[in-house]
Amino acid sequence: MFFFLKLIVRNVFRQKLRSALTAFGIMVALIAFGLLRTVVDAWYAGVDAASASRLITRNAISLNFSLPISYESKIRQVDGVTGVSSANWFGGVYISEKNFFPQFAIDAASYFALFPEILIEPGERKAFLHDRKGALVGRKLAKAYGWNLGDVVPVRGTIYPGTWSFVIRGIYAGARKNVDESTFFFHWDYLNEKLKAIKDGRTDHVGIFFVGINQPQRAAEISGAIDRVFKNSLAETLTETEKAFQLGFVAMTEAIVVAIEIVSFVVIGIIMAVMANTMAMSVRERTREFATLRALGFGPTYIASLIFGESLTISLCAGILGISATYPLVDYVGAKFGTLFPIFVLARETVELALAAAFLVGVVAAIFPFWRALREPVADGLRSVG
Amino acid sequence: MLYIPYAYSWKNLWARKLTTVLTAGGLALVVFVFATVLMLSEGLEKTLVDTGSADNVMVIRRGSETEVQSTLERLQAGIIETLPEIATGMNAERSVSKETLVLMTLPKRGSDKPSNVTIRGLSASGLSLRPQVRLVQGRMFRPGSSEIIAGNKIAQGFKGAGIGETLRFGMRAWMVVGVFDAGNTAFGSEIWGDADQLMQAFRRSAYSSVIFKLADPSVFNALKGRLEKDPRLTVEAKRETVFYAEQSEQLASFLRILGLTLSVVFSIGAIIGAVITMYGAVASRTREIGTLRALGFRRVSILGAFILESLFLGLIGGIIGVAMASAMQFLSISTMNWQTFSELAFSFTLTPAIILQSLAFALLMGFLGGVLPAARAARLDIIEALRSV
Repeated sequence: MFFFLKLIVRNVFRQKLRSALTAFGIMVALIAFGLLRTVVDAWYAGVDAASASRLITRNAISLNFSLPISYESKIRQVDGVTGVSSANWFGGVYISEKNFFPQFAIDAASYFALFPEILIEPGERKAFLHDRKGALVGRKLAKAYGWNLGDVVPVRGTIYPGTWSFVIRGIYAGARKNVDESTFFFHWDYLNEKLKAIKDGRTDHVGIFFVGINQPQRAAEISGAIDRVFKNSLAETLTETEKAFQLGFVAMTEAIVVAIEIVSFVVIGIIMAVMANTMAMSVRERTREFATLRALGFGPTYIASLIFGESLTISLCAGILGISATYPLVDYVGAKFGTLFPIFVLARETVELALAAAFLVGVVAAIFPFWRALREPVADGLRSVG
Repeated sequence: MLYIPYAYSWKNLWARKLTTVLTAGGLALVVFVFATVLMLSEGLEKTLVDTGSADNVMVIRRGSETEVQSTLERLQAGIIETLPEIATGMNAERSVSKETLVLMTLPKRGSDKPSNVTIRGLSASGLSLRPQVRLVQGRMFRPGSSEIIAGNKIAQGFKGAGIGETLRFGMRAWMVVGVFDAGNTAFGSEIWGDADQLMQAFRRSAYSSVIFKLADPSVFNALKGRLEKDPRLTVEAKRETVFYAEQSEQLASFLRILGLTLSVVFSIGAIIGAVITMYGAVASRTREIGTLRALGFRRVSILGAFILESLFLGLIGGIIGVAMASAMQFLSISTMNWQTFSELAFSFTLTPAIILQSLAFALLMGFLGGVLPAARAARLDIIEALRSV
């Protein structure tokens, strides 16, 4: 056995440059594969972070239509509802369009009761609740723009005209890894007040209601009950679980996600061709050796073990190196994306897939050369000059 | 100087078919990704550029980036409507349309997945402002009625949007009485109806935008300055072509940056494949190279022959890759444009420029893969090369 392993290692190192280049290629491909899968995961991050004990009620026409704030008390009366809060998408621009991050005008007092995953220092929480122009920002967002408590942040409204300035009163952290730490919250009261002052027609309306329930198994029933309350009204509602709501978002850009997924497999195909070529060349050069081995009485299993062993040694070593290099790279790229992809973490499943891909590349690359090595008559093989 | 015939390089590739096929296959996949991305962003750009007409002017509220975000009060819309620069049509009607835009979530046919569809309310001359749009089925909606017409991409793709079907929104049932073909434009992903009816249904008191045709396109800059300085108005005026090009900027640059980064990263793999193949080719032909040198071929000729072989390899990969990519032309992609938050359908568009760029990219990969091995071949010592087994 030891001799056999030694033979494989020697074979790998026989053409050092070729083995190294192939291994490097596999590394690059697996890193690309890992990064692409992480981008896809980042797309679905909101879905994973969704809580089962929250429903979202929005206008049935589309998200661009708002709901009257008066609905809040009606929703609260529905059986099974434990809490209601609301949020408005603000869609403002900080300095330039490139600095994208989500901004929500929320009903702060009820919001944090529904979102226990948002952690704030009690002092900052109090400061935020007491300052009408206050803003609460995620840790990642504050870091990205170098904001500190007390800083004034001007945001140019695209949906609500004018320039709005907010004072950072609190910086929140997520209780779990998949909580978005790049959101900008401020008081809905402030928005409403300013809209009233400029006689904008959109006062006393909110974008969506968050509905807390304590029995997740009754989600469908409660959703139906809420929607029935507003049936045939001017603003009919559509209530669904937070997960379904987030999935709806992802579905809209599904074509891009699918394209990225396909492409992540194309790179495995590319590297498979390269690896198969390496093995084909190695085996062809050694036609005479394999014929000698066979003439000495070594069976096809032994030859197969040699070829597959060499192929797998290269692909798995490169795989492990590639995956180890993916970890720091994901962190680096995640930092570069900044607030565009709030959650950018290499998933365990991606690592397993990458390892499986490395294994598959090793096996597939060896099949054809092996078949060739066996098909060659021993006498011809001995005569071969390579 | 004595040149080695092209056939020498070409036939060497043929001699080791498996290696050639595998290497060219790797290159082809990279070229495929490269070409597809270029086709995608070309298709997207073409769709949005074709959507606008150069003579048309789009007026929206200042600061809003899209029509959906914009609101123009009736008074403001009225002021714009009476501008003297607006062209007049054959029956003396003015080529101006006050429009209202809303987004509605509709389920897709088959998958039931929701997506945002744009519903546009137009004035009477709205259709004539868009010469690229023509009705292919049914008839135009009657002004003042709950009738709508759907773009062909929406009629095929969404539930309840086909001809004869009805959509329910704003406490009314809306009958789809016609389907229009908008060519390769973004209008194909919209539903159209009467502006005043839609405003009532959605309880809106303001329009989203005003679009008009200029009688004399050259006055645009002066007019833009006047409109934007008018104290009664808080508006922005843009040429329609510019407006639509800006709408796709983010999506197009996202696709392009992502795609080109991927192509470059993937090309590392394919170039490595070419390097391995070419080093192999040099190693197995050492004696041959010695013989050629002994016959009087210069180092440069050897270098040229091997680089040529590698370029041929790249060319094969490039041709296969472009051929695969050209099959993608039959596909069209429908996704949400996150700048407008609405559905947009566009197709992969192959242009001669993309074919040339893809082939150049393939040749570049071939060259990069072949240059080091070719240099090694050229540097070989004649005596040692002849002696090698």
